[in-house]
Amino acid sequence: GNWARAAAQQSLTESDLLDFQSFGNVTLVHVTDIHAQLVPIYFREPSVNLGIGAVAGLPPHVTGADLLKLYNIEPGSAHAYALTSVDFDALAKTYGRMGGFDRIATIVKRIRAERGDNMLLLDGGDTWQGSYTSLQTKGQDMVDAMNVLQPDAMTGHWEFTYGTDRVKELVESLPFSFLGGNIFDTEWDEPAFDAYKMFDRGGVKVAVIGQAFPYTPIANPRWMFPEWSFGIREEEVAKNVEAARAEGADLVVLLSHNGFDVDRALASRVKGIDVILSGHTHDALPEPLLVDKTLLVASGSHGKFVARLDLDVQGGELKGFRHRLIPVFSDVITPDADMAKLVSDLRAPYEAELKRELATTESLLYRRGNFNGTFDDMICQALLEVREADIALSPGFRWGTSVLPGQKITVEDVHSACAMTYPAVYRSSMSGQTIKDILEDVADNLFNKDPYYQQGGDMVRVGGMGYTINPDGAMGSRISDMTLLKTGESIDASRDYVVAGWASVNEGTEGPAIWDVVEEYLTQNPVVRLEENRSVKVVS
Amino acid sequence: VAFAATGLRARTALAGTEETEKRILDFAGKAPESGKITLTAPEIAENGNTVPVSVKVDSAMSDDDRVVSVMIVADGNPNPEVATFHFTALSGAAAATTRIRLAQTQNVIAVAKMADGSVFMDKKEVKVTIGGCGG
Amino acid sequence: MAAAPKPRVKVPKTAKAGEVVLLKTLISHEMESGQRKDKDGNTIPRKIINKFSCEFNGEQVFSCDIDPAISANPYFEFSAKVNESGAFKFSWVDDDGSVYTDEQKIEVK
Ligand SMILES: [Mn+2]
Ligand SMILES: [Mn+2]
Repeated sequence: GNWARAAAQQSLTESDLLDFQSFGNVTLVHVTDIHAQLVPIYFREPSVNLGIGAVAGLPPHVTGADLLKLYNIEPGSAHAYALTSVDFDALAKTYGRMGGFDRIATIVKRIRAERGDNMLLLDGGDTWQGSYTSLQTKGQDMVDAMNVLQPDAMTGHWEFTYGTDRVKELVESLPFSFLGGNIFDTEWDEPAFDAYKMFDRGGVKVAVIGQAFPYTPIANPRWMFPEWSFGIREEEVAKNVEAARAEGADLVVLLSHNGFDVDRALASRVKGIDVILSGHTHDALPEPLLVDKTLLVASGSHGKFVARLDLDVQGGELKGFRHRLIPVFSDVITPDADMAKLVSDLRAPYEAELKRELATTESLLYRRGNFNGTFDDMICQALLEVREADIALSPGFRWGTSVLPGQKITVEDVHSACAMTYPAVYRSSMSGQTIKDILEDVADNLFNKDPYYQQGGDMVRVGGMGYTINPDGAMGSRISDMTLLKTGESIDASRDYVVAGWASVNEGTEGPAIWDVVEEYLTQNPVVRLEENRSVKVVS
Repeated sequence: VAFAATGLRARTALAGTEETEKRILDFAGKAPESGKITLTAPEIAENGNTVPVSVKVDSAMSDDDRVVSVMIVADGNPNPEVATFHFTALSGAAAATTRIRLAQTQNVIAVAKMADGSVFMDKKEVKVTIGGCGG
Repeated sequence: MAAAPKPRVKVPKTAKAGEVVLLKTLISHEMESGQRKDKDGNTIPRKIINKFSCEFNGEQVFSCDIDPAISANPYFEFSAKVNESGAFKFSWVDDDGSVYTDEQKIEVK
């Protein structure tokens, strides 16, 4: 289709990306997991993204050359660059940065001009966190920028890490709905947010149900929002679908931050959802996936893509669709002047600090991958050296931008990988057994055969140690051959090791902020060069 | 990663499957069948100190089709007993919710005793974890 | 010593005759399980709410036998069929013999 044709072209124009033969009577525009990236960025997609059990080898668990083959995308093309890690450093030089709110604004305005009142703009969450400026303004910069795009609804995940009071303050300020049918108060177990909202678009009654990240209080510090409980709450989703239909909905959309495999399972278990706009696991799928009668749309992350889904809805039934995952090539799409001005104003107070150079990297720095990423290798090195530890543990976040070989590492780059409200670097003594328990526990949260037990994200990154993992193994038996790299000796279950790590969910964790630790390391190591990480061995 | 910098879990003696089964048999008088009762609990506990657990029994709550009691047990706590609900004709619906403590990942089991002497059970594994990372 | 247990309940103000209404109850209570040890290694004695019950106009609606695995600040949610106006009486029995009660009226229209 359009994708393959456009992909075959080496030079893109704005109309290649945005010309779209309107279809049907409703258009959904989906952005998700922007992680507070207001300006164009480099972002390397993962080369390893394992699917477990029944979904092994199925999208989105297809990466690199396999993905190009599956979707008939020309290697070396612009779309190959946008969707895979293949030849990333070389292609990044050719095709440049992606995303940026001024470019996204151009796309949204154009679709709105074409579709008028038939369009809904929906934000899947993880919008307010992930950059220096969002941390400084506690999400205000993102709220201001998103408001200009005029979204119709959003849901959330990292938003909650600003804490109850700030979340309430921002949510109350929004000129649109913050939806979360799976968020309840912990005291009386009553809905804490609106579950869904009805819209009239092109004569079609559209119900948008919000589903926040079900494991927010586990993956993030629940003490920051103790009065809210989450969970998948499949029965609530079903109840809300039914209520929306009873209220006359012709089209039911789940604006979800469940993660793709959870959404795929949910689609097969809860009937009556026409479209799931899926977020959290940061997958960019060039085509929707059909599960029974539900379309699953995954629209990438960091502002790299805007998804457009035109739908034909007749007599309360979805009759057909046309979809495009629009890659936001910043060199191809004209910036919207008003948004460019706003973004520049929002960043102005911090510009000098954002641009401050800390070091030069000779290696590509990226984060995505199930087991390691070079940015995290660097962070682990910083934890080991600055905190004088035997072993470093760094969270397997999926947010964080890439830095190309030869580029300076700036304060902005470090914050795009570290900006969060619980950045303390702890230094503590842990037994070999405890370290194994941690790895096993995290592995089970990622690779559990039942998607409802998967929390998204990637494996905790390790520094100073190596291990072997069998992702298909049972809880407690996936991890083996734990080795302390500096001595080459096996890690002893009963011996204690000095461990440095960050982003603990425990209240009262003490230590310097991770960005200060990384900056100190870079001051002492002004040229970063990383060897290929061979410390994690994956077996099946 | 999102876990404690301190120890993960206290090592205590646990009830185990055998003791739990014995407790079920004491309550039910015979091996329960599956069906009629639905136990709802989160897949993963947000906080092992307070895990919401609901039971619902498919029953008209009339004089002859009525649930009398529902016992909840958990097989991975030091003692399996959690609570026993007693319903009456005035209960209207055979459903109740409470919040329980789970020391670790384990099965939560609900057993319903009906007025006619029949017994039913449902089971759900609830995971208690240090937490994963974030997408 | 913890503050005196304080019950709170949520009961609809009105109902139709024969309606099944949802009731929610909470009581502030530490629910000391009897399994914890203090810093000197001595077992902290058990002190829990061991029984909860609800009556309507003197007739039993729902009750619960409680073990130490029930969370601190015990929460119970259940329903009641109301055929006439009257009062729900809720009671919580403490291991130390104390009984805490609350009462809420409902009007049947
Ligand atoms: Mn997320
Ligand atoms: Mn995200």
